[in-house]
Amino acid sequence: MSPKNRSPIVEMRSIKKCFLDTVALKSVNFTLYEGEICALLGENGAGKTTLMNVLFGYYACDDGEIYVNGKKVTFSAPRDAIAKGIGMVHQHFALVPSISVLENIVVGIKESKNLFLDMKEAKHKLLDLEKMYGLFVDPDVKVETLSIGEQQKVEILKALYRGAKILILDEPTAVLAPLETKDLFATLRKLTENGNSVIFISHKLYEVMEISDRIVVLRNGEIVAERHKTETNMRELASLMVGGEIDLGKRKNVGFKLINDEIKDVLRVNDLWVMGNRGIEAVKGVTFSVKEGEILGIAGVSGNGQKELAECLFGIRLPEKGEVYLDGLSLAFGNPFFTVMNGMGRIPEDRIDIGLMMDLTVEDNIILEMHAFRPLKNGILLNYDAAHRVSDELIQKFSIKTAGRDALTKTLSGGNLQKIILARVIYRNPRLIVAAQPTRGLDVGAIDFIHDQLITTSKNNNSGILLISEDLDEVFSLSDRIAVMYEGKFMGIVDIENADRETIGLWMSGVKESCA
Amino acid sequence: MGSLFDQIFQMSFIIGLLSAMFRMATPIIFGTLGEIITERSGVLNLGIEGIMLISAMFGFLATLTTGSQWFGVLIAILVGVIFALMMAFLVVYLGLSQHVSGLGVTLFATGLAMFVYRHAVGSPTIPPIVQPFKPFPIPYLSDIPFFGQILFNQYALVYVSWALIPIMWIFLYKTRYGLALRVVGENPMAADTVGINVNLTRTLALVVGGALMGVGGAFLTLAHQNMFLIDVVGGRGWVCIAMVIFGNWDPIRGSLGALLFGFIDAFQLRLQSSGFAIPFHLFLVLPYVITIIALIGVARKSSAPAGLLKPYRREEKGG
Repeated sequence: MSPKNRSPIVEMRSIKKCFLDTVALKSVNFTLYEGEICALLGENGAGKTTLMNVLFGYYACDDGEIYVNGKKVTFSAPRDAIAKGIGMVHQHFALVPSISVLENIVVGIKESKNLFLDMKEAKHKLLDLEKMYGLFVDPDVKVETLSIGEQQKVEILKALYRGAKILILDEPTAVLAPLETKDLFATLRKLTENGNSVIFISHKLYEVMEISDRIVVLRNGEIVAERHKTETNMRELASLMVGGEIDLGKRKNVGFKLINDEIKDVLRVNDLWVMGNRGIEAVKGVTFSVKEGEILGIAGVSGNGQKELAECLFGIRLPEKGEVYLDGLSLAFGNPFFTVMNGMGRIPEDRIDIGLMMDLTVEDNIILEMHAFRPLKNGILLNYDAAHRVSDELIQKFSIKTAGRDALTKTLSGGNLQKIILARVIYRNPRLIVAAQPTRGLDVGAIDFIHDQLITTSKNNNSGILLISEDLDEVFSLSDRIAVMYEGKFMGIVDIENADRETIGLWMSGVKESCA
Repeated sequence: MGSLFDQIFQMSFIIGLLSAMFRMATPIIFGTLGEIITERSGVLNLGIEGIMLISAMFGFLATLTTGSQWFGVLIAILVGVIFALMMAFLVVYLGLSQHVSGLGVTLFATGLAMFVYRHAVGSPTIPPIVQPFKPFPIPYLSDIPFFGQILFNQYALVYVSWALIPIMWIFLYKTRYGLALRVVGENPMAADTVGINVNLTRTLALVVGGALMGVGGAFLTLAHQNMFLIDVVGGRGWVCIAMVIFGNWDPIRGSLGALLFGFIDAFQLRLQSSGFAIPFHLFLVLPYVITIIALIGVARKSSAPAGLLKPYRREEKGG
């Protein structure tokens, strides 16, 4: 059935939404047809999530009208949207880990007048739904015991349980392994077969081409194009998305470094075991090395031990057993200062919580890891002249957009925050940089800049770089060698020349085949 | 020393001690249950100490004027609710720090209680007293030897506090509203996106909690004692906060903690009167020290509601 024969189920007309100082949506017109899967494609900050949060009643729009089934509606809270059959699965799941799947699903249901929860009846209804859509999750287990993929199923069931006919999914594949993504796509097809309509937010071109019937491209808060899947291709969508021609999948790290045993290790990890927060081993015996001037990419869906591995290398988490050598020196575990002293540059995954002090100035954050050394150290005092000099130099060199070194760090955008961390890491000519998810959530410009800096540092300074990333494009674009981490173990390490996406993708889902 | 042990193993001593344990525990149970329901919604109410004090004072004044103890309890509930609403305005609607707001409410309520009391009664050499609650022996049950005297010869409010424990448990774990309240406390965004009004839920939790704290305060001036003294609460509000953690935010376990406190409080009173040549202040300290020790043992394993202390705002930024 072509979308032309379908009737519109949702119409959003000239939707406008401003946040404090930025215009997020400039008069957007969006239509969803019954029974289709419509992809909302766009970069970070294009306004996809904002538009859908308006449709879900989570944000009030400043201007514009919404029609559902031809009737004008006004949503002041999600409950109004839910009542009209709209459900949304946010990127960060809205679940309570400490209670059961069933409790998460039935909470807030208004239909029964009963004071007490009828869990038997609810469970019955849920199991019927699970059967109907092939979404099987045990209703009685606590959500904290579920994998991310299962939690997503709970979120979808939660919306369906409330009678959602229109389902909005915000970047649903961002946290999934390739096999889980296949499952999700099968579910989405089943949903539309049953007469539901789906809005699928994504910035991944190949997924959008695979799953959607129609693609709507957003850029800078405006809809720039609408295409039927059969009328377009990835190349066109990519240029529509970023507003100009781009090269798809071009490798940024042009000179490929041949890795051999002659080159000195800057990082050597032997049989490292690290415990995670839940008391289960998160890293289960990994052994690898990073050579001088090499970029080793560790790919993998997040939550497979990458965070714990990075934290152990940073010196903020103790291992169960194993050895780590930084430039030949045995790493003193649990002593972050040792790593700073001995030439490790650290780019933590959580830049706001661990990497920066948001309420202090840009300068304070820039000098954070050098204040204990000359020339910034002056006896027990800080040499502020030197600090000012260094800060100004780095703000300029890394084109950090800020009102000045005295500006509060929390006033900076995500990309510029990451540049502060990068600046202080690179300034000290590190022997090794451990970069955990260095570009997550950043816009294309900032990503580009950070990639360039990492490559330059590895080439010019001969630094080794351990790049931990869940973005496969990034790993392929930068690395000299690629390793894949799955359930705390390495599935394998291959040179970039011999690596292909299919194999790496399989490794990420825990399927072991050797690279041909 | 020998005489003390002789005393301890006398039946009348044991009956007196256990009966006092339940009495002493009652204000703590009220306060703890009030704090549990509040914290389960994601709000820490450090105003509890002040709320108990000012409710104790107003309840006392109301009874002093009218002669009716139940009217005093009613006024205490009302005062508890008013101060809980003040807390709600500060932390739920303005989104201020729950720590600072709670301590502020306690300081304000304490000062106000003192002021109003002085204004109402002046500074007589002998403080005025009321006719306190009389024990309410339950017919037949109170005649059971031993247990009857310990359990069923108490003030009416003591029975009320016992009844509230299972009621609170059933409310939290078996009702729709209890589930909604817990979800608000754990993940307010999850609650919001399924259509639960987060701010209203938190306000109601504060109000019910404030009412219970009010009763706890009134018990101190209308049953436990028959007069108002500025230190009549004497840190019991803070003990309730500790009992919430001790009980891992569960009404039954929290109340057991309150009983433990009541037991030690009752025991130290008896030690004081046994004529030891030790300053009685040391005995007064005992229940609090035991509370701290008990906390050290338990608190490390306890887990607070994940949304505690966090004001809820819809995330105002685009993606």
